[in-house]
Amino acid sequence: MQTQTDKVLQSRVCQNEMRLEFDSRSCNEGFARVAVASFLTQLNPTLEEVADVKTAVSEAVTNAIIHGYEGRVEKITISCRISGQELYVEVSDYGKGIPDVRLAMEPLFTTKAECDRAGMGFAFMEAFMDTLEVESEPGKGTLVKMTKRISRGTSKGPSGYERKTGQPESAVKSGGDSEADNQTAER
Amino acid sequence: MEQLFTITGTTLTISLPAEIDHHSSEQIRREADRLVQKKNIRCILFDFSDAVFMDSSGIGMIIGRYKMMRFMGGSVMAINVGERMKQILTMSGIYRVIDIYEGMPQQSGLL
Repeated sequence: MQTQTDKVLQSRVCQNEMRLEFDSRSCNEGFARVAVASFLTQLNPTLEEVADVKTAVSEAVTNAIIHGYEGRVEKITISCRISGQELYVEVSDYGKGIPDVRLAMEPLFTTKAECDRAGMGFAFMEAFMDTLEVESEPGKGTLVKMTKRISRGTSKGPSGYERKTGQPESAVKSGGDSEADNQTAER
Repeated sequence: MEQLFTITGTTLTISLPAEIDHHSSEQIRREADRLVQKKNIRCILFDFSDAVFMDSSGIGMIIGRYKMMRFMGGSVMAINVGERMKQILTMSGIYRVIDIYEGMPQQSGLL
């Protein structure tokens, strides 16, 4: 019985998705990054990992508002997926699009220098996430795909409950520490 | 507006909010530029005491103020910079162009 409940909880932890659609207003930037950050908490990330993801999401959303829609109020979509210890984030807009993605991703490149843009949005996304992909078509919009692996497994969570129901496989894999060994032994 | 703008002599101190993103840096930019134009400001001091989050919009805002001050023969400083903020400032390179102090510069005998 115990193991059955464990399995159900485990599958819930392993695969999870969410989708968010909101207006491209600058006041929603804070909401967007906090929403992704709270979705991420189920992977028990470190404070630094949370801050990294928040910064990257903030950059992508700000780009959509400033460059994609150029101030117009339309819709921005964020899709998140958790698979194992990996977080996938997609931020998309249906705005102007980027004619030359490679150039846009160059550090310090910006088309809006007069607005005090540093030209570091993509550089920050790249630095704070593990992978970054940008798909864009002029007139159609832009899709930013990012992933980040959360190192600290749920098995090392602070609460005893999380520890018991966490992912035993990854705990064993991460192995070496006696805690994981004890867990396997109990079973 | 939550953040505080204080003027001491020719120094404008901006107590930055907890989150410095595109939204809040626009507000800071507007108010800072208004004050710089109105008063005789020669130094902008960014106080990071409350700051926990900053993205490239915040960097852009600080670089913009730095350019403005340099143009006027002034300077830009940052104080009470936490670890995360230090990381962001270092990554962006502004760490090299603005002066960063642990506490109030008065204590360091610079003002």
